[in-house]
Amino acid sequence: MIVEFGHFTLVLAFMVALVQSTVPLWGAYQRDPRLMAVADPAAVVQLLLVAASFAALTYGFVTSDFSLKLVVENSHTAKPMLYKIAGVWGNHEGSLLLWVVILAAFGACAAWFGGNLPSTLKARVLAVQGSIGVAFMGFMLLTSNPFLRLASPPLNGNDLNPLLQDPGLAFHPPFLYLGYVGLSMSFSFAVAALLEGRVDAAWGRWVRPWTLAAWIFLTIGIALGSWWAYYELGWGGFWFWDPVENASFMPWLIAAALLHSAIVVEKRESLKAWTILLAILAFGFSLIGTFIVRSGVLTSVHAFANDPERGVYILGILGFFMGGSLLLFAIRASALEARGVFSMVSRETALIANNLLLAVSALVVFVGTIWPLVAELLFGRKLSVGAPFFDAAFSPFMVVLALILPLGAMLPWKRAEIGRALLPLRGALVLAVALGLLVYAMQTGKSALGPVGAALGAWVVMGALVDLGQRLGRGSVAERFARLPRLPRADWGKVTAHSGLGITLFAVAAMTAWVTEDIRVVKIGEPFALGDYDITLQAVNDVNGPNYQSIMADMLVTKSGAFVALLHPEKRFYPVAEMPTTEAAIDQGVTRDLYLVIGDKQTDGGYAVRTYIKPFADWIWGGAMLMALGGMLSLSDRRFRAAAGARRPLAQPAE
Amino acid sequence: MRRLILALLLFAAPAFAVQPGEVLDDPALEARARAISVNLRCPVCQGETIDDSNAPISRDLRLAVRERLVAGDSDDQVVDYIVARFGEFVLFKPRAQGSSLILWLAGPAMLLAGAGIAFAVSRQRAAASEAEALSDDDKSRLARLLQE
Repeated sequence: MIVEFGHFTLVLAFMVALVQSTVPLWGAYQRDPRLMAVADPAAVVQLLLVAASFAALTYGFVTSDFSLKLVVENSHTAKPMLYKIAGVWGNHEGSLLLWVVILAAFGACAAWFGGNLPSTLKARVLAVQGSIGVAFMGFMLLTSNPFLRLASPPLNGNDLNPLLQDPGLAFHPPFLYLGYVGLSMSFSFAVAALLEGRVDAAWGRWVRPWTLAAWIFLTIGIALGSWWAYYELGWGGFWFWDPVENASFMPWLIAAALLHSAIVVEKRESLKAWTILLAILAFGFSLIGTFIVRSGVLTSVHAFANDPERGVYILGILGFFMGGSLLLFAIRASALEARGVFSMVSRETALIANNLLLAVSALVVFVGTIWPLVAELLFGRKLSVGAPFFDAAFSPFMVVLALILPLGAMLPWKRAEIGRALLPLRGALVLAVALGLLVYAMQTGKSALGPVGAALGAWVVMGALVDLGQRLGRGSVAERFARLPRLPRADWGKVTAHSGLGITLFAVAAMTAWVTEDIRVVKIGEPFALGDYDITLQAVNDVNGPNYQSIMADMLVTKSGAFVALLHPEKRFYPVAEMPTTEAAIDQGVTRDLYLVIGDKQTDGGYAVRTYIKPFADWIWGGAMLMALGGMLSLSDRRFRAAAGARRPLAQPAE
Repeated sequence: MRRLILALLLFAAPAFAVQPGEVLDDPALEARARAISVNLRCPVCQGETIDDSNAPISRDLRLAVRERLVAGDSDDQVVDYIVARFGEFVLFKPRAQGSSLILWLAGPAMLLAGAGIAFAVSRQRAAASEAEALSDDDKSRLARLLQE
């Protein structure tokens, strides 16, 4: 009964979304406040209805209702409660429902917090948001209904893919969807602005918080996924350039570009058309990501629900929204006049360079991701594009981006001199280069990766700190420190996020360049050396988990006789899904992770063992968390709350 | 009984890719083998390198790479040897030849085009704003002329 209720509310939500996407749009065109006023309650009702639908599906999973096809396919009574709930979105249909819930939630937030938006803009934003809801709920009801019943329910379910039964992965999809779907808000604002024919500083200030929020969620989601891959897949990689990873990375890059160009719109009333285009593209890449994951066009480790029919439908949605908005853009973009003029050397130019590098790097990821498909269709070549290509073709853009970042962040608006802007940075520059040289002299190999990573990371982090110092103005040290708490949150956000980027860049280079690996057969009780550490396999035991069986090793790690850690790598077997998984044991440290994996028993009684020292591993995700934190600080800035609505007659004076 | 079945199943599914027995004694040669396999795709898996894959064919490829290296082949010769047998599908980094040039040049080309467009637009805009300033001048001159 509850499940039928959920099915019913989903259909009802679809109807409400239909109303929301048409009536307010017509009202805005007719300047009829009564019609426009439909948007607000419609958005809220739509959220309530899809939330009820989601709750009903969750109820089905929690109570293991095996008359539901979806529950049978993705759950099992023996599964821990956390994964019964996570199972709701661990599959195609349920994750779509979550997607729609988040979409409606963003719409409702715009209705609640958009009180200061001009009424026509708000009505149009909500209408566009509603039309996306129509498309996706229609998709669900027609091809991927989560509420389908079975005529003869089985006694138990098929279990969730064991790789997904992990806390890191339980919360990875919701964050990613919050990010993907959050970009729909930027898209709705862009399309609404094109319909209005007006983009000004106020629009920049309205669209930026939504983009920021989406970008923060994407950052966290991607970091969670990468962290999961690191400890769960058993060889300690953190990024595989897999099509599905790329699908989340492209919107992230474009959203990062959009964040920065929206600042230019807000502060200088320039780059309007470009910012609109980025907002459209950011959501476009979200849709492309959805298409890649769900159509199975590009086979990937993550792909679920490989179904050509669904692929065609999503391609239709993609074509409609991208084609429509780009057409609108082509017609209206020329009407968007830029106000602020700027010279060749200025903060504006630096932000254009930032946008160009981020957008082109996203394009490189895109071309690399779809190239196997294109090459086969157009040129009849069956080929692969993988990590080595992306490392070679993508990284240079990030290097250049990191090189210009500290300088660009400190250039004044409108007109600047490179020499003067570099002056406060010269200490950071000298130190960064010196650090790079020092690292080069100290490391054993000839690889440039480590030193370059260290120098770039130090340059970006120190540049951010110098930037912070400059914001404090002149005066004695005490006076400057006294100003520290009064700095706008946006300044703190900028420094934090940029430092996070520097740290992640450094950590990625360091971990890739300086990893120590050892593969061998180990007998119980015989120690072996890994770098400075001695490792002993003490015992291997059989252990029973709630829904798996495991062989668990006890491995003692010592350093020159002193105890470091006792670790328990596992090899698990999930009988329902008939799948083995590797559970690496990791001793986390500030400068290194010890990463231990136990393998098969060998014929001579020993065990195959893989061990690694991963230098600075946790810094990768630490940097990502700093980036997200920087975004949150920026989001909490006063100007987004106070007087966010006031349309100012002119651009703000350059800061 | 159950434990026996479990043990058998565990045996049937190898834990990880590169097995201890495959590792070459010469660390320099092994390092070269690793560098080569990073770019080699398991022909039957979903986007895994032969180093990460558990498939038997990947094991054969790993052994073939090491055999050729021990026989004295250069890195390029080893890769050619594998590609000659399995096609360019096994290369994760497509060679910059023929149509794959598009793949390699897409990024740099877009960057140049983007920079070019940005430069042209900013020049045009600067010129337009100068022209507007002039037209203001013209207007005041026009006003004076009309008064005379």
